[in-house]
Amino acid sequence: MNAQLQSKPQPITAINDFVVKFANVNGSGSASANELFAKSILRMGVPVSPRNIFPSNIQGLPTWYEIRVTEAGHLGRRGGVDLMVAMNPQTWNQDVAEIDPGGYLFYDNSKPLPASRFRTDITVIGMPLTEIANVAYNEARQRQLFKNIIYVGALSVLLDIDPAVIETLFSEQYKGKEKLLESNIKALNLGRDYAKAHLPGIGLRVQPSDGVGDRIFVDGNTAAAIGCVYGGATVCAWYPITPSSSLAEAFQKYCQKLRVDPETGKNRYAIVQAEDEIASIGMVVGAGWNGARAFTTTSGPGVSLMTEFIGLAYMAEIPITIINVQRGGPSTGMPTRTQQADIISCAYASHGDTKHVLLFPEDPRECFDHAALALDLADRLQTPIFVMTDLDIGMNQRLCAPFEWDETKEYDRGKVMTAEELDSGRDFGRYLDVDGDGIPYRTWPGTHPDKGSFFTRGTTKDAYARYSEAGPDYIYNVQRLLKKMETAKSLVPQPVLRKAAVATRFGVIYFGSTSPSMNEALNALEADGVHVDAMRLRAFPFPDSVVEFIEAHDQVFVVEQNRDAQLRGMLINELEFSPDRLPAVLHYDGTPITARFITQAIGERVRTHGTEPASPRLPRSRT
Amino acid sequence: MTYLAKPKLHHPTLPQNKVCYTRRDYEGKISTLCAGCGHDSISAAIIQACFEMDVQPHRVAKLSGIGCSSKTPDYFLGNSHGFNTVHGRMPSVLTGANLANRALLYLGVSGDGDSASIGIGQFAHVMRRGVNMVYIVENNGVYGLTKGQFSATADQGSQSKKGVINSDTPIDMASLALQLGASFVARGFSGDKQQLVPIIKAAIAHKGAAFIDVVSPCVAFNNHPGSTKSYDYVREHNEAVNRIDFIPRREEIVVDYAEGQVVEVEQHDGTVLLLRKLHREYDTHNRIAAMNYVAEHQAAGEVVTGLLYMDSAAHDLHEHLNTVDAPINSLQSAQLCPGKAALDKINRSLR
Repeated sequence: MNAQLQSKPQPITAINDFVVKFANVNGSGSASANELFAKSILRMGVPVSPRNIFPSNIQGLPTWYEIRVTEAGHLGRRGGVDLMVAMNPQTWNQDVAEIDPGGYLFYDNSKPLPASRFRTDITVIGMPLTEIANVAYNEARQRQLFKNIIYVGALSVLLDIDPAVIETLFSEQYKGKEKLLESNIKALNLGRDYAKAHLPGIGLRVQPSDGVGDRIFVDGNTAAAIGCVYGGATVCAWYPITPSSSLAEAFQKYCQKLRVDPETGKNRYAIVQAEDEIASIGMVVGAGWNGARAFTTTSGPGVSLMTEFIGLAYMAEIPITIINVQRGGPSTGMPTRTQQADIISCAYASHGDTKHVLLFPEDPRECFDHAALALDLADRLQTPIFVMTDLDIGMNQRLCAPFEWDETKEYDRGKVMTAEELDSGRDFGRYLDVDGDGIPYRTWPGTHPDKGSFFTRGTTKDAYARYSEAGPDYIYNVQRLLKKMETAKSLVPQPVLRKAAVATRFGVIYFGSTSPSMNEALNALEADGVHVDAMRLRAFPFPDSVVEFIEAHDQVFVVEQNRDAQLRGMLINELEFSPDRLPAVLHYDGTPITARFITQAIGERVRTHGTEPASPRLPRSRT
Repeated sequence: MTYLAKPKLHHPTLPQNKVCYTRRDYEGKISTLCAGCGHDSISAAIIQACFEMDVQPHRVAKLSGIGCSSKTPDYFLGNSHGFNTVHGRMPSVLTGANLANRALLYLGVSGDGDSASIGIGQFAHVMRRGVNMVYIVENNGVYGLTKGQFSATADQGSQSKKGVINSDTPIDMASLALQLGASFVARGFSGDKQQLVPIIKAAIAHKGAAFIDVVSPCVAFNNHPGSTKSYDYVREHNEAVNRIDFIPRREEIVVDYAEGQVVEVEQHDGTVLLLRKLHREYDTHNRIAAMNYVAEHQAAGEVVTGLLYMDSAAHDLHEHLNTVDAPINSLQSAQLCPGKAALDKINRSLR
C-alpha cells in the first residue's frame, strides 16, 4: 500500500525539461484529465507539447498521451520517457520498458504486483488509485472518471504544479456547473492529500516561467476550420474519416458561433455530411462552379475516392479546396497514426496528365493561414488546392503563434466576369488565356440573359468552351493548364530558409509536421559542429528558390515521413536533379519524427562524407 | 455535328411569353442523337415547359452525368449554364450548385445507366435530402452510347437487339424515388408530350426534390419486338393514372370539367394543378398507396404513368439547413469574415 521506492542509477533530475507519458485504456475518460495536466503546466508559463497516440477504437484498446515539458520550446517529439503513468495493465510490460534509465514509474498499486514486473533502474511510485476512488465514489462511472483526476492531483504534488492553476482551469471548464466543479476539486484534493502524506519527492519539477508568451494552444484541425471560416468558405461537404472529422465538426461549431445572421437567425453557411467522399467532393465541385467558396476535408482513402472529380475540377477549371489530414497508408493502413504519405497521390491525383497545388502547413497557425489562403488560391487559379496537413498537426494541441487577420483584406474571388463587363462588349472565352498567365475568365451561372453562358465538361473543348477533340485545341488547353502552375509558383507560400552559422555544402529540405523536430535537430547539430542549411518547403509547385537552394549545395537531405521519399521523387522529376544529390532521410513507423532521429541520421552522414572532397556536382539535365 | 450552328434568323411574329422570350430562346444546339430518339422529344418538352412557365433561360442551371441522355442539356436552353459532370455523380454536383445559389432553377438530366447503376447511391441521397430540383431520368433500359448493353432498369425477360434475354430484376426508378422520400414523383413517356409537358411544368413549380421517370425508347438499340421499352410496347401497356393541366399562379381557372373528375391541387408557390383523375381510387397525396399501385400494375406488365405522388407542403434542403435567403455565393467578406475582434477572442479562449 505504501509508496515503493527502489533506485539504482541516479534518478533523473530536471526542471521544465522532461517527458511524461500516460498509458491509459481508451474510453476511460483519461483524455480530458491528461489535457488538464498539460494545460496546467502551460498556464504556469512552461511550454508543453502533447501527443495523443490512440487506437482505431472507441473503448477498451490501449491509448497513450505523451507530454513533453520543454522550457526551451521544443515542440517536436523528443523520444524516451522520464515519467510513465502506467494505468493500463494490457501494456504494462512495454510501458515499463520504455522508461529511460533513472526515470520514474507511477502506477496504481491497489492490487499488488510481483517484483519481477518492475525494473530496478527506475524509481517506482505506487498509489492505490482504484481503492481511493472506490472509497470516495459509489457509481462505477464516477469511480473511473475521478480516478483520472486523482492521479492528476497526485502528479501535481510530485511535480510541484500549482493547484490554484488547476482549480482555475476547472472553474473555466465547469462555468455554471457548480456540482461538477466541486466534485472535480474534491477528486483533485484526494490525490493531492494522499501524495503529500505518502509519496516521496521525485527529481522532476515544474517551475513557473514565461516561456509561453502570447502563443495559443490548439490543434491543427480546429485551426484549419477557423481558417475556413475567416477565409470565407460557405459550403463544406464532408464524410467522416479519422483524422479529419474533427475539422468539419469544428467548422460547424465556429460557424454556429460566428456565421449566423443576427437578424434572421439564418445560417451564412451550408454544411452537408455526404454519403461518401465521392459525393462530398461532387458537392464541392458543384458549389465551386456556382461561385461559392467550398471545401472538403478528408484523409488519404477519401482522396483515392475523389480522384475522378479532382481530374474534372482540374480539366474544367473549377475552384475547390481539399484539406487532407494525412494518416498512415496505404489502404486502411494506420488510421490513427501519422504520415506524410499522400504527397504524390495528391500532387498528381486523377488519370491523364494532372498536377495540383499543394500547401504544407507546419503547425496549427499555418493550418489557419493556409486554409484561408487555399480558398483565395482556388478562386484565383480556378483549380483544386490541397492543404496537406497530417494527424500529428491535425489532432494534437500544439503551442503556436496566435491567429492574425488583416481586416483590410478582401477575398480574392479571381477572374469572374460580371454582367456589366459582358455588356461592355468584352470578349468572353471561358478557356481563353487573355492575360498570359494561363488563367481564363469565368462566369457564374445566372449572370446574364444572353451573354457568357457556357457548357462545362471534362471533355476537351476549344477556348470558347465548345466541344472539340481537335489536337490543337487540346494542346492549347493543357499547355495553358501548365502555365497556370507556373503562375501558381509565385502565388503560393514561399520556402523558409534557415542558414547555418558557417558556410556549408550540406542542405536539408523538409516540410509540414517535421518542422519542430527539425528546428531542434538543427540546433543540436549546430551545437555539435555539424552545419546544414535548411529549407522548409511550404508548397508545390516548387518556386525557383528551391532550384537555387539545391544548386547551392553538394548534398541536400530530403527529410520526409513516408517510405518512398515521395517529395524527393518530385524534386528529382520536376526539377530534374540527379537522385545522388538528394539523399533521403525517412521516418515512417506512424509516430511523429523526432529530433533525436533527424540529428542522428544527418549527423552520421555528414560526419561520414563531410571530410571527403566535394564530389563533382551532378548537372541538372534541363539547365 | 457539334459545330453546326442553327440559323439565327427568327420568325418576326413568333409569340413571346411574359418574360419576353420566344420559344426559340429556349432551344440549344442541334442534337447529335439518333433520329427518332425519345430523348429529343423530352428536350422539346423541357423547352416547351420552360417557355410556358416564363422561366428566364439564364436562371436555369442544367446538370447531367454521362451518357446519351446526359448529352441532351447541350440541345436545349442554350443561354443557361450547363455542366456535364462525371458518370453517375450529377446529383452531388447539383446539390453543391444548389447550396451555392438557391435562386436558380436546377434541372438534372440523367439516364437509367447514369442514375440506376453507377449513380444509384447519389440518386438515393439527393432524393433523401430534398434538394430543390427537377430530376429527369430519360429511361430507355439500355446503354446507348456504348451500343446496346442492358441497363439496370431493363425488365426481366426482355430481349436485347442481339437476342440476349435479361435475367436480372429491374430497378423501378419511380418506386425507388417514392421510397426514398422524393416529394414529387411522376412518370411520363417521351411519346406522349401532352402528358409530359404539364408534368415538367408542375415539377418546376414544386419546391423540393421532383423526380420524373420518362420512358424514352432507344431507336437504335431498344425498339425491337421483345423489348419492354419500345414505342409499341409502352403505347400498348401505358396505364395513365391521371392527366394534369398546369395553371400558373393567379390565373383564373376557367376549365370546366364534370364533377368528381377533376381535383385542384395547390402548390407551395400558389400555382394550381388541375388533376384529371383517370382512376377514381388513385390518390396522389398518398405515398404508400402510390408505391403499392405502381408495384401491383408493374407486376401485371403495365407502365403506370402520370403524377404518382406530390407533397404540396414539402421542405427543401435549404430549409433543413436554415440557410439565409440570399444566394450564399452573393455574400461578401463583411458578411462572412467575423473580423479581428472575434479572432482575438478565439485566441484568448485557446490559452
